[in-house]
Amino acid sequence: MSQPTPATGPAAALELRDVAKAFGAVVALRSGSLRVEAGSIHALVGENGAGKSTLVKIVAGVHRRDAGELLLDGRSMDFGSTAESKAEGIAVIYQEPTLFPDLSVTENIFMGRQPVGAGRRIDRAAMHTEAEQLFRRLGVHIDPRRPALGLSIADQQIIEIAKAISLDARVLIMDEPTAALSGVEVERLFAVARSLRDEGRALVFISHRFDEVFDLCDTITVMRDGSYVDAVRTADTDVDSIVAMMVGREVGDLFPKTPAEIGETVLKVEGLSSTGEFHDVSFEVRAGEIVGLAGLVGAGRSEIARAVFGVDRYDAGSVTLAGRSVKPHDPRSAIRAGMAFVPEDRRKQGLVTESSVARNISGVIRGGLARAGLLTGAAESRSAAPWAGRLEVKTGALDMNAATMSGGNQQKVVIAKWLATNPRLLIIDEPTRGIDVGTKAEVHRLLSELAGQGMAILMISSELPEVLGMADRVLVVCEGRITADIPRDEATPENVMRAATRSSQEAAS
Amino acid sequence: MTTLQATTRSYVAHEYPLWRRLLLTRETAIIAVLVAVVFYSIGNVENFDGPLTLTYLLLDTAPILLIALPMTLVIVTGEIDLSVASVVGLSSVLLGVLFEAGYSIPVAALVAVLAGVACGALNGFLVAYVGLPSLAVTIGTLALFRGVAAGLVGTKAVTGFDDRWTDLATAKIGATGVPVVMILFVVLAIAFAFLLHFTSFGRGVFDIGLNSEAAHFTGVPVERTKLILFVLSGAVSALAGVYFTLRFGSARGDNATGMELQVIAAVLLGGVSIFGGRGRLHGVIAGVLLIGVISSALRLEGVTVNVTNIIIGLLLVASVMTPSVLAALSGLASRRNNRGPSPSSAPVGVGTQER
Repeated sequence: MSQPTPATGPAAALELRDVAKAFGAVVALRSGSLRVEAGSIHALVGENGAGKSTLVKIVAGVHRRDAGELLLDGRSMDFGSTAESKAEGIAVIYQEPTLFPDLSVTENIFMGRQPVGAGRRIDRAAMHTEAEQLFRRLGVHIDPRRPALGLSIADQQIIEIAKAISLDARVLIMDEPTAALSGVEVERLFAVARSLRDEGRALVFISHRFDEVFDLCDTITVMRDGSYVDAVRTADTDVDSIVAMMVGREVGDLFPKTPAEIGETVLKVEGLSSTGEFHDVSFEVRAGEIVGLAGLVGAGRSEIARAVFGVDRYDAGSVTLAGRSVKPHDPRSAIRAGMAFVPEDRRKQGLVTESSVARNISGVIRGGLARAGLLTGAAESRSAAPWAGRLEVKTGALDMNAATMSGGNQQKVVIAKWLATNPRLLIIDEPTRGIDVGTKAEVHRLLSELAGQGMAILMISSELPEVLGMADRVLVVCEGRITADIPRDEATPENVMRAATRSSQEAAS
Repeated sequence: MTTLQATTRSYVAHEYPLWRRLLLTRETAIIAVLVAVVFYSIGNVENFDGPLTLTYLLLDTAPILLIALPMTLVIVTGEIDLSVASVVGLSSVLLGVLFEAGYSIPVAALVAVLAGVACGALNGFLVAYVGLPSLAVTIGTLALFRGVAAGLVGTKAVTGFDDRWTDLATAKIGATGVPVVMILFVVLAIAFAFLLHFTSFGRGVFDIGLNSEAAHFTGVPVERTKLILFVLSGAVSALAGVYFTLRFGSARGDNATGMELQVIAAVLLGGVSIFGGRGRLHGVIAGVLLIGVISSALRLEGVTVNVTNIIIGLLLVASVMTPSVLAALSGLASRRNNRGPSPSSAPVGVGTQER
């Protein structure tokens, strides 16, 4: 199976053509293409869920592609493991480096391939010398003898890069390396990246921050919905055209939002702060209103929701539900006040998967199901059945484990569990993540209907079309702060993305 | 069309018929083994059906039966309490010391039980609110409580308790041969079975053991539940300590040393998962009795304690292994059945390992 070299110029350092990957029924990558030349820095941009991470993982050998081609210097590759990918000179640096905290910087760089001297003893002196040389080359000052514990994220990334260079990596992929870095650290990372480019290596840079992309990268590939959209030279484009390419689909008609009468304020959040997570967050949600909480992954949306419901602590601020003050860090107080919370990770947080459908659905209200102090399985089933029916949960029997169900049905069980509490406010984090298209539409119709009945809904979603289609009002969170509050008729993909990616924060607010 | 009004589906409550849910369980298996061992022993072991066998069997296993009740709940939450035998020792010593100081047995017993509550509260606070692992905490308090107990009386023993009370500890119910202490056990067993299997609190106990994070997200008071269970464990252990002391008429700092492992062994034999989330109280009771009956029968046969321990140890290992073996077998069977077109992501070599 020899791969013909593309007619256009010499072989690229890394090239992917129409690569596809599905996990079960979920297609994570439809048609991913990427062409990175040696001696250049290439940006890969796209919304959350556009397939960037899956693409990177295929290159890294974490996943095996279902279709398409992967070429390295024109040679076709098929990586079965990360070791095979590394051996071919590919290095991936993730957002959160995974160093061994108790080992020294040097030991981390040479983990698993320590130079040995006489008698197969590890040659520490040689290791330290080589580490020092690497750091000098990168122009950084890190003591190779110190433990990795306590290093900043930026320094940890530099160590990962040093490791990659010592392996003589020709392709370096950095997956959102700047998300946790300060301005100075970003500058230093970029300086290192540029010097690596000048050595003739190929770099792929994934980021949501357009200012950085335009500052650092030579070319940009845009992805959307698991597919390649376009690749452009940075010099020939601008932020607006990139954003347009990222979101570029018709939104609105997919999501059957029916207008609901908006009533009085149900949820009032004032000055909510949690160190390192979010700062001075204030907003309101009114009866019949769906408020969308948009922003990038890691911006602090879920953290805000969790603090409001009380599963996480917060340092300052207050939460009021229908005039009643909700005690901090006490989900029971929130539930009593009429709050319901469908969390982000349904298998870990939403459900007890090893417990039955009936017990899950009646899980919050079971205290009230006891007769003469006796809570029976029969009472739980009786209480759960109508809710399962209303949401059309598909299960063989109510005593089957929730683990046996599909993701969409599990999500219905979580929603049923909370609707059974007859809440005034429903907080729903990623309502349709990882569920099939049919169930997705059902969930959207349900949310719209609940709002129509006067429920206040706070919806967090990483899918921009979902937010724009469903929400009466969009709150945009960026780096732990609400940067925009946009009414439905003014919300566009462009102004939401702008507010979400610091690049032109003031334009949106 | 609207989802909230249409109740198009109806549901059956159970996947399997009643007999299957009742009979094909781990608990039923343990009860069946217990019944088989009892009948075999009656037929083959000399004096097993004698009048004193049942009495002594129950007198001996009563403390383990009692402590196994709260221990089951603690283990179902995924925690463990290794300090129970030390609480027995501490309670025993307190009873002795207070009795010597002139307090009546009821008063001394009450103080001992309150001390057990305090011990349990310390364990529970460290585990639930400080967030330390219960294994480490209770290994520590195992030594701590035992040390306090030994410190209070040294190596001597307090004896000379009121006959009235020591007699009560060994008394039988009428002519049945069943000790009076079984009344206390039955009352507590019903209370704990009710708590674990028929209350919202008990559902929370299972939820915590299966998925503590989801339990927290559902409003289960995870910390408070754990604290309550450790307090119950301390209280019941102290109660068992009072019984232990009166039964032998001797309060010593080293009373019941090592009993925590007997209790945990019996709980696991009774079908409780050490990882939490699974277990039923009737299985645990059968598990304790099974160990009691086997020890008793072997002792009557003149088998040494060492051999008895080997047999019980093997039984426990076998009982813990059985579910894994069964799961592996059924997993193998289902893999054979639905071996479809292998996805390209399947690790290389799977296909070559089939037998």
